[in-house]
This record gives sequence, structure tokens and C-alpha cells, in this order.
Amino acid sequence: MTGRHHRGSGSRGALLLLGAGLVAGYAGVSLWHQRDRNAVDRRPPDSAPGRTSRRSRGDDYAVTGRTVTIAAPRQEIYAFWRDFTNLPAFMRNVRDVTVAGDITRWVIPAPTGAVTVETRVVHDIEGEQIAWASTEESRIETRGKVRFRDAPAGRGTEVEALIAYVPPMGELGRWIAKTLGTEPAIQSRRDLKRLKMLFETGEIATNRNRKTD
Amino acid sequence: MRALTWHGKHDVRVDTVPDPEIVNPRDAILKVTSTAICGSDLHLYDAVIPGLQSGDILGHEFMGEVVETGPDSTLRKGQRVVVPFTISCGACFFCQRQQYSACDNSNPVDNQDLTEPLYGHAMSGLFGYTHLTGGYPGGQAEYVRVPYSDVGPIVVPDGLEDDKVLFLSDILPTGWMAAENADIEEGDVVAVWGCGPVGLFAVQSALAMGAGKVIAIDEWPNRLDLARKLGAEVIDFKRTHVLEALMEMSGGIGPDAVIDAVGMEAHGFAPDTLLDNLKQRIGVGADSAHALREAILAVRKGGRISIPGVYGGFLDKFPLGAVMEKGVQIRTGQTHVQRYLKELLHKIGEGELDTTFLISHRLPLEEAARGYENFRFNQNDWTKVVLKTG
Ligand SMILES: NC(=O)c1ccc[n+]([C@@H]2O[C@H](COP(=O)([O-])OP(=O)(O)OC[C@H]3O[C@@H](n4cnc5c(N)ncnc54)[C@H](O)[C@@H]3O)[C@@H](O)[C@H]2O)c1
Ligand SMILES: [Zn+2]
Ligand SMILES: [Zn+2]
Repeated sequence: MTGRHHRGSGSRGALLLLGAGLVAGYAGVSLWHQRDRNAVDRRPPDSAPGRTSRRSRGDDYAVTGRTVTIAAPRQEIYAFWRDFTNLPAFMRNVRDVTVAGDITRWVIPAPTGAVTVETRVVHDIEGEQIAWASTEESRIETRGKVRFRDAPAGRGTEVEALIAYVPPMGELGRWIAKTLGTEPAIQSRRDLKRLKMLFETGEIATNRNRKTD
Repeated sequence: MRALTWHGKHDVRVDTVPDPEIVNPRDAILKVTSTAICGSDLHLYDAVIPGLQSGDILGHEFMGEVVETGPDSTLRKGQRVVVPFTISCGACFFCQRQQYSACDNSNPVDNQDLTEPLYGHAMSGLFGYTHLTGGYPGGQAEYVRVPYSDVGPIVVPDGLEDDKVLFLSDILPTGWMAAENADIEEGDVVAVWGCGPVGLFAVQSALAMGAGKVIAIDEWPNRLDLARKLGAEVIDFKRTHVLEALMEMSGGIGPDAVIDAVGMEAHGFAPDTLLDNLKQRIGVGADSAHALREAILAVRKGGRISIPGVYGGFLDKFPLGAVMEKGVQIRTGQTHVQRYLKELLHKIGEGELDTTFLISHRLPLEEAARGYENFRFNQNDWTKVVLKTG
């Protein structure tokens, strides 16, 4: 195009404009189609765990999960976890765990004092999986499971923890917890790493120079 | 105890701080006898690496006498040990593969959160460095707490004085791994950027590994002289066009392998350096990488690039095209110190490697701040500073 203007080009200009409009319209429609085809829930399922999906779940539950490989035998890690009184050793946000029959009580420090969560084991496969859910009496609604799988090539055990919970005060509560580092996603990631340290090194790494720091 | 602490850019002081204690079962406490200032410490001194807190104790090159041991330590009181700057558990996936500086367990979990989003994976723990790598109190102090003391420290025989073995903690294995990463073949032409301690040890190692010609590049006559004494040819980048000279000195082929022993604070009056420095100063996480860009352009087609120099952030104008089109390979990383200790201690004992030639100054710990200032601003004469306690 030369960009020259002269009389009589009006109708041609209008035609061009119309053409451009058509092209833009067409592009818009095909983009729309493409977007539609790309919509997360229209895409065929892949092999990735659901919690890594770009789409958040449609219900009140927030789901979080994390996998860590620990260079230790599956049975040993399972047995350690199954004795819930061991959990405060690596779960920083659990102050105390007591087990009475099939009910487990977790004392969790919170900005408003301690919260007690009550859970019951709902599924337990020796050496493979432990699943729990909060009881009706519990202050916090949560369910979760931990799975143990042999890692490939003698790397030890893949430990996968999955936690679903209803954030107190919904999204706002979730945001507050996140900034305090107490959100279950952050907690469970850190907890699993501490569990790994405990099994692989016998201690939990710290940069403190003194016991009382 | 007395310890060198960081308080901000170009502000380090020797302060009185609480003595360390055994905290974990595998810990040991050392009474430090010798400790050195490293080029990596200068990145902290210049505040180009983030994640330091006022009062942090620096120092990752140190050795000393065991004065206390935790119940699971394998060390005994009275032993003389050199400690790797990389903190490694010895048991994780990476330690088992001798990739000690990638240890999964040595960085406290809260600190791991800092590098996971930045690098895709959490970094491991290092002594006396940023909180990104654990924020462990360092060894430029009278005493230091050494985690996993059954894995890291190497016991040294009494016959070898401190100055001969101290550099096992970092720069000697770093120079060695730099040369190893360059995959040197008999007769190769190897170019080394930077004649600081790391570059000098890389020169020495490359020659020991069979390089036919090593060309060392820097601007400081005294540092270039040290390289020359090791057997290198030298280029003064303030005097000579480095790229042209390297082509001419390698028969028009280009060096077979290149080693960047400069890192993120490269100097040089070149437009890319000025831009890099500006970005570094306004804190956008940009590294100054003039030496690395030059090394990438210099290396021959199909050659090898080894990067012991430290980088922490992002790099603009990275000549990736040259890397791809010339089909070169790049190897880099924090040194897997523990992997090399035995072999290098043996070579020191046999007199095959000299480790003392680069020490220019020995100062009492109390004068550490003066050591930093001069190692930073008087690079020609201050080639390596060793601090002595007690
Ligand atoms: N990979 C590791 O584990 C490891 C360990 C120790 C040190 N390092 C790093 O190695 C690097 C060097 O350490 P050092 O103790 O020798 O430091 P140093 O600061 O004493 O030496 C750097 C040298 O590079 C020279 N230099 C600067 N710009 C140059 C350029 N454009 N071309 C050629 N030379 C140039 C300087 O004049 C100086 O002599 C640093 O980045 C340090 O952090 C890495
Ligand atoms: Zn160092
Ligand atoms: Zn490890």
C-alpha cells in the first residue's frame, strides 16, 4: 500500500473497511472456537494428578497434595506414620496428637488459641495407604490420605499426602493462613520434607546455632 | 565468641556473639584455627546476592580443632579437620550420587521455600552464605557448629600445616571440578577467565589433567604473574582484544575448553557490563556476565564450557544461539566438595599440588574487615586472605 489518498477512493475505502471487519470477525470467531476447544474441562484427561489441574474444584473444598521420595523402606515409613503420636515429630503445626480407640485428636495452634481437630481412619491398607476424615464433632472439616509406593530404581518410597479441607472463613481464611505459612499446602510440603529428613538423616536440619535460639 | 558479621553493603564487622552449641545429634563444634575470605564472599559484601540478614556470620572456608561432638558424630575431640563449604547429609538421592552440593536435606525447610519458586528446586545448605542456602552461621569466627559432622569434614594429618590444607574447604576442589567439567583431553587449549583463587586453581588443575596450553585472562598484573608461574600464557584484557587473541593463540580454531572463573561480577569496560551493572544496582536480579558471554563466543565449535563462577539471577543477551549453533556443552554448579577431598588431600601430601602460592595476606580475625576491603578493592596485591584466630 502506498498510503496515497485521492478523490473517489471513498467506496473502495468502505469496501476495505468491510473486508477488514470481516477478517477481524472471522479471526474473533475462530479464536472463540479455539478458546472453547482449549477450555480446561473440554480437554481429554491426561496423566497428571487432579490437584495440578488449572481448573479449581467446583465445591467448597480446597485440595492440596505433595509427593516426596524418601530413601527408606515403604513398610517402615508406613508404620511410623500409622502411629499418629509420631506425627508431631515432623508436623510443625500439630502441637499434640492423642489416640483414643479409632478417634484421633489433633491440637493445632491457631491465632485464636488452639483448635482441636477430630478425625477417624476411614481406610487403611497395610504398607500402602492411610485415609482419614474429620468427625461431625470436629471444629475443622477435613479429609486426607497418605499413600506409600515403592519408588523406581531402588530410590526408596514415594510418599504422597493429599489433604482436602474447607478453609475456615472460605477464601479469606485461606489467604490469611497462607500469609502465616499455616495453609495446608505450605504445611504439608514442609512436613513431608521434615519427614524425609528424619528418615534419611535422623534429624531435622536447622540453622540455629544454639538450642535456645 | 568473636565473629565476622554482615551488616549491609561493604559493612562487615567483628562482633561478639553467643558461642555455638550442639543442636542436632550429628553436629560437632570446631574451634576454628584458619579461615579464608572467598570471591563468593565478595558477592555478599557487594550485596549482589539477596537473602542476608544483618548480623549473619559469614565464612565458608575454614578448618579447626574438634572441641565438642554430638552423640551421632563420628569425630573425636582434638582432631584437626577441614570442612567443605557445602553442607551435605550423605544419605539423600543426590548425596548418594556424590552430587553433594545438591543435597536435599541440608537446607532447613522454611529456607527451601525461598529458592523453590526461583530455581524450580530448593537449593541445599551452605555455610556462612545467604538464607537462600540455609542461613547457616559461618566459619569466620572463633567457633562454628558443623552439621552432619560424620559426612563433611576430613581429618588432616598433623604434619600438614593449616595453609596447605585449608583450601580443601572450597577453592582447591572448585578449581579441580572446573577443570574436570571442561573434559580436558591431552594437548587441549584451555582458556580461563579470572585469575582469582578459583581461576588460578583451575589453571593448575587443567595443566595437571593434561592440557597442552592454558591461557589465563585477567587485568591485574600480579594475578596474571601467578598464573604465568603455574605455566599459563596470559592475556591482559585491558590491553588486548581477548577474542582475537584467543583465536590467534589457538591456531584459528578457538580454545577446546573455556572456564569462567569470574562469575556474576565481571568487570570490563564493555557496554554489556555497564548495562548489567546498572540492572544489578537497581536490584532486578540481573547478573553481570561479560566474561561468560566472551567465553561462549571464544570456545571452538563442539567445545566445552565450564562455569565455576557463581551466578544467582537472570541473564540478558545470553548468546544461546552461539551455544546451539556451535554445538557446545555447558557444565556448572556449586562444587561437590566431598567428592574430591581424599584425592586432593593425597596430592597435597605428595607435594603434587601447591596450595599456598596464592596466599598474599595472613591477618588476625579481628582485622577481617580490612581483609574484605582490600580483597575487594585492591585485587592486584590481595590475592587471597587467610584469617587466623587466637
Ligand atoms: N562453583 C563454586 O562452588 C565456587 C566456589 C568458590 C568460588 N566460586 C566463584 O568463583 C568466582 C571466582 O572466585 P575467586 O575467589 O577467584 O574471586 P576473585 O574475585 O578473587 O577473582 C575474580 C577475578 O576475575 C577477574 N575478572 C573480572 N572480570 C573479568 C573479565 N571480564 N575477564 C577476565 N577476568 C575478569 C578479576 O579481576 C578477579 O581477579 C566467583 O564468582 C566465586 O563466587 C564458585
Ligand atoms: Zn568460597
Ligand atoms: Zn544429602
